[in-house]
Amino acid sequence: MAHRIKAASKVGDTRSGVRKNMFESLHLEGKISQIWIADVYTIDAELPDYLWTQAGAVFSNPVIHTMVSYSEQTPIEDRVRSLSRLEPVQKGFSWSIEVGFLPGVTDNIGSTAREALEQVSRRDFNDEEGVYSSQITYINGDISSDDLNKVAASLANPLIQRISTKDFTSYIKDGGMDILVPKVRLVKNIEVQEVNLNIDDDELVRLGKSGIQNKDGSRRGPLALDKESMKAIQAYYKKRKRNPTDVELEAIAQTWSEHCKHTIFANPIDSDSDGLFKTYIKRATEEIRKKRGKKDICVSVFSDNSGGIRFDNKHVVTHKVETHNSPSALDPFGGAVTGIVGVNRDALGFGLGAKPVINTYGFCFSNPEVEMPLFRDKHLKDKMLSPRQIMEGVIAGVNAGGNCSGIPTPQGFMYFDDRYRGKPLVFVGTVGITPMKINGKVSYQKQARSGDYIVVIGGRVGLDGIHGATFSSETLDSGSPVSAVQIGDPITQKKLSDALIKEARDDGLYTSITDNGAGGLSCSVAEMAKESGGCFVYLDKIPLKYSGLDPWQIWISESQERMTLAVPKNNWPRFADLMRRRGVESTIIGLFTDSGKCIVEHRGKRIVNLDMSFLHEGFPKKHLVTSYAAPIHTEPHIVSSKTHTKILHALLQRFNIAGYEAVSSQYDHEVQGGSVTKPLQGKGRVNADATITKPVLTSEKGIALSQALYPSYGDIDMYHMTACGIDTAIRNIIAAGGTLDTIAILDNFCWCSPHLSQRLGELKRSLQACYDYAVAYGTPYISGKDSMYNDFRGFDLKGKPVEISIPPTVLISAIGIVADVKKSLTIDVKIPGDLIYILGETHDELGGSEYFAHYNAVGNTVPKVDVSKNKRLYKAFSACTRKGLIASAISVGRGGLAIALARMAMSGMMGVDIALTHIPGTVSRDDYALYSETQGRIVVTINPAYRKRFEAQMSAIPYRCIGKVVDTSIFQIAGKDKHILVRDTVEKLLQSYTLPFKNL
Amino acid sequence: MKHKPRMLIFAGYGLNCEEETKYAFDSAGGTADIVHINDLIDGHVRIDEYQALAFPGGFSYGDDLGSGNAFANKVRNTIGDRLFEYVQGDKLVIGICNGFQILTNLGLLPSLYKSYDRQVALLHNGSARYTVRWVDVEVNNTTPWLRGITKITLPIAHGEGRFYADKKTLQTIRKKRLVALTYIKGDIYKMSKLPHNPNGAMDDIAGITDDTGRVMGLMPHPERAVSFTQLPYWTLMKEQYLRRGKKIPEHGPGFALFENAAKYFN
Repeated sequence: MAHRIKAASKVGDTRSGVRKNMFESLHLEGKISQIWIADVYTIDAELPDYLWTQAGAVFSNPVIHTMVSYSEQTPIEDRVRSLSRLEPVQKGFSWSIEVGFLPGVTDNIGSTAREALEQVSRRDFNDEEGVYSSQITYINGDISSDDLNKVAASLANPLIQRISTKDFTSYIKDGGMDILVPKVRLVKNIEVQEVNLNIDDDELVRLGKSGIQNKDGSRRGPLALDKESMKAIQAYYKKRKRNPTDVELEAIAQTWSEHCKHTIFANPIDSDSDGLFKTYIKRATEEIRKKRGKKDICVSVFSDNSGGIRFDNKHVVTHKVETHNSPSALDPFGGAVTGIVGVNRDALGFGLGAKPVINTYGFCFSNPEVEMPLFRDKHLKDKMLSPRQIMEGVIAGVNAGGNCSGIPTPQGFMYFDDRYRGKPLVFVGTVGITPMKINGKVSYQKQARSGDYIVVIGGRVGLDGIHGATFSSETLDSGSPVSAVQIGDPITQKKLSDALIKEARDDGLYTSITDNGAGGLSCSVAEMAKESGGCFVYLDKIPLKYSGLDPWQIWISESQERMTLAVPKNNWPRFADLMRRRGVESTIIGLFTDSGKCIVEHRGKRIVNLDMSFLHEGFPKKHLVTSYAAPIHTEPHIVSSKTHTKILHALLQRFNIAGYEAVSSQYDHEVQGGSVTKPLQGKGRVNADATITKPVLTSEKGIALSQALYPSYGDIDMYHMTACGIDTAIRNIIAAGGTLDTIAILDNFCWCSPHLSQRLGELKRSLQACYDYAVAYGTPYISGKDSMYNDFRGFDLKGKPVEISIPPTVLISAIGIVADVKKSLTIDVKIPGDLIYILGETHDELGGSEYFAHYNAVGNTVPKVDVSKNKRLYKAFSACTRKGLIASAISVGRGGLAIALARMAMSGMMGVDIALTHIPGTVSRDDYALYSETQGRIVVTINPAYRKRFEAQMSAIPYRCIGKVVDTSIFQIAGKDKHILVRDTVEKLLQSYTLPFKNL
Repeated sequence: MKHKPRMLIFAGYGLNCEEETKYAFDSAGGTADIVHINDLIDGHVRIDEYQALAFPGGFSYGDDLGSGNAFANKVRNTIGDRLFEYVQGDKLVIGICNGFQILTNLGLLPSLYKSYDRQVALLHNGSARYTVRWVDVEVNNTTPWLRGITKITLPIAHGEGRFYADKKTLQTIRKKRLVALTYIKGDIYKMSKLPHNPNGAMDDIAGITDDTGRVMGLMPHPERAVSFTQLPYWTLMKEQYLRRGKKIPEHGPGFALFENAAKYFN
């Protein structure tokens, strides 16, 4: 019998006001008079009567809540009597809307509620019992049923949530909302299928494309294996004179997937027989490491979950950046939570485990102010979420995931282009730290040994995140779980994380560890089994969220918050005891072996028996061929305006330049106590390009982080796009106080339509730049990731087919070590009278710039990076940093010099007086001088007393003193002929800069 | 050598500021141990071995069931009696942010009648959004935690920090002088022009104590303000100090709280 407890505020709930505003923004201004919110718990368990009062007290606070409690058996008139204690019922409302989760969707509040009730009743609930959370919004106002649908749609994502609505009359008649228990019920025969491979090529291709056929004739969804791969599998089983089981085939498909194998980066391409990754990324790192010899900063690269560099003699710092694009398109909140919490596990899975100490984020969205409705199906039933919903969901997801995990999130950006409408890009990164040695042993190497237990810890396995698996999810009663998306559970992971890296690791209780990410156990166990040479798994031992899963589903499920470890038998009792005491579930699921085989048993039957060598190396290579034709754009003819004040305001209001304080200030960047330079700097709280954080509180050293990307330059040339990304990411760190010789970089490729040879050609050009510029700067790659299929195929409002591909995007993330955080620099101008210098040359490089984009043009003169000049500049700059000669500095980026100066002035809330006469470089016009995006430039302010010393340091560098900080708030720039180009107050500029995302 | 006072810092289930809280107390002359709540429940560690307790910041149980509520429920159902007895002695207890939310749910604050029931609440911020920024607070009572401090600048980071009490309770709290800290218009306000009260707290209340003053809860995070380089405008202040020929300070304003706690027992 299900029981319900509702808690509703009796003292005013600010969530109601925010929700009312949100509803009004759906063109319902003036129609809503009041909103109330009630938190609801549906308890599917028997408790003795006297405990229900105590339960109510756990779920509500008598100081602020009215609590109502009743069960399915409570007579309607009694229910109504209780419900009438709620303010909305007393006052009357137009509609009540309840939003809860569909069966099988992670319900964190429900899990906590269950644990709390178990404590109160002093017993553990069984698998049949459960607690489920939902929320009721009561609306009073002039709301039609059409309006109601709009409002309800804005509250819930139909992929993971259910909505029910009632008007006041039926609410009273029925005694409240209907009591629904979203319990998963899977009733079926659990079995392992043999898949017949004695079939012709056409059938083989169909199997690879649409998946294994179920008994009823339907297909399970794509294996995503092409003909060559299917033929290789066919040949393997022919030799063994048997057919594969469905479990084997699904496991091979996971291991060989683009996501896991990165086939496009691994396959031979044109004349590069080693493929893109080895030829351009890995080779760059190897050459840099060799050249630097003893000064090599790399500790562990490419082979582990994250890459690692030296922090000091005692610590390794790790970094990894992931994308979570497709899940975020479907469920922005859940996708983003899972993304950030997932990449945390890449730190936990580095070596024997690194402590996550900093998160980073980067979002590529389409314009949130343009709705552009899109559908996934021809019948226009399966609607894409709006750009605004995606943006707000993703932002909130990283908030929930990062903040709940207690990891600071200082560094991030937002970038906008309408071609991200089909798929947003959600970059999430995590920096970790670990001692070099633990108990005398090197911490960044791991080795599962034959005979070690295979142990899984953390969350349980459900149907969440199974590729393309299809389930009948039409009706609530059928109890079908949602498989397409996962929701992260940061607290389960936090418990696991603390138990691992604060205790089990330092006690030396395990020999190896890895994350359970893509492909679930099928990939993590098989990957670790490489270390020992084989594995033997008892599938029945794997803990499940609910019964009724098929073996193949258990083996490949991507349910979150799990790690796989190798625990020596002798250590198991201590390990198991520790995990129990920390509230972390841990289970032995098998043994690592040296048999050369990956074997899985289920109910005494062998259901997987694969050679490790075939699983990992049997993948057939495919030779990729590229082509390349350089695009040519019309060169815009912009008449340089006499006055630029208005244009500067317009640029400050562009999405790719404007401030995003609303995002930065909701991500905790102070937790762990290491914040040194912050995401928002100066009195004006302007977004900075780099941040510095102390990972070890007793050390003076810091970690500097920055990120850069220039998708708009890619419209002209991917080579220079990539080069500019590398230069900017590095320069941001230099300008924040880092030094070139400590910097390592990470590459994240998000591409589209890789079956087109032109796209592959562009990819290759981009990778050539990766090699050229990393080697020239001496900054090694330590980790990277690629996501190749960022294309959307669907339909518009008229049912017309639409294809949207993202602009090819390369994110370069840079990480550097700062020797003394007290010498860190911020962008805010500080003292009136300080001199302002531009370092580096300015050329007519406006192609792909924000200035051209303001005139809806692309142009052709993309900025090109001159490494040898820049290196000289960066080294001279770092020498000045070390000597303490610089008061503030900013790296000149998107929007050029004018935007850089404006950001410095707004940050310090002080005016500047600038003259652009004789700035170094070949720039030909005043407007180009203001907005050219030439790379390699830094603007600094210095104490005038240091003028001589500073200029002596810069003697070999093109520089010019262009003005000074003034004691008024007038921001003024004069052109070549001393004519005033821009004049306004910093307060006015700041109004423009903060305008676009003010109401975010 | 003087005996160093010992502080126990709670950990587990999503609390997450334990390490920086330990660093703060250790560098201020004390010695702190981070102890998982389950080790207290199992009896591996006893609270009476310690002179001070800290409930640090964090996200215990993900704020599900209301911030601090689920953790308080766990404490109450397990070591509640021991804790209620502990606070009768000459001990110091601090709850920071999530720790403050736990202390109010445990009824240890404001503890008007020693009945350990909930008397005040920390509600969702006025913006209904998690907010990270710096604030100015003023000291309003004589708690040993804040001895010698009149005004202080600290960071906040919370989604549920809006102090609430009904009229009668608030009057009693005021009469007993239990308000320890209130948000004021100070340096941060002048610099940032952000509202001085970051969350809409009633009467600008940022922290309270019980009537002994030894148990204190506050929304701001003093442990995130123990070093100069943690301050939001430290690079500007550094330039100003340098040009006036002044020495750059080592500590931040939050350090004094932990020093007070360490000195209390000496």
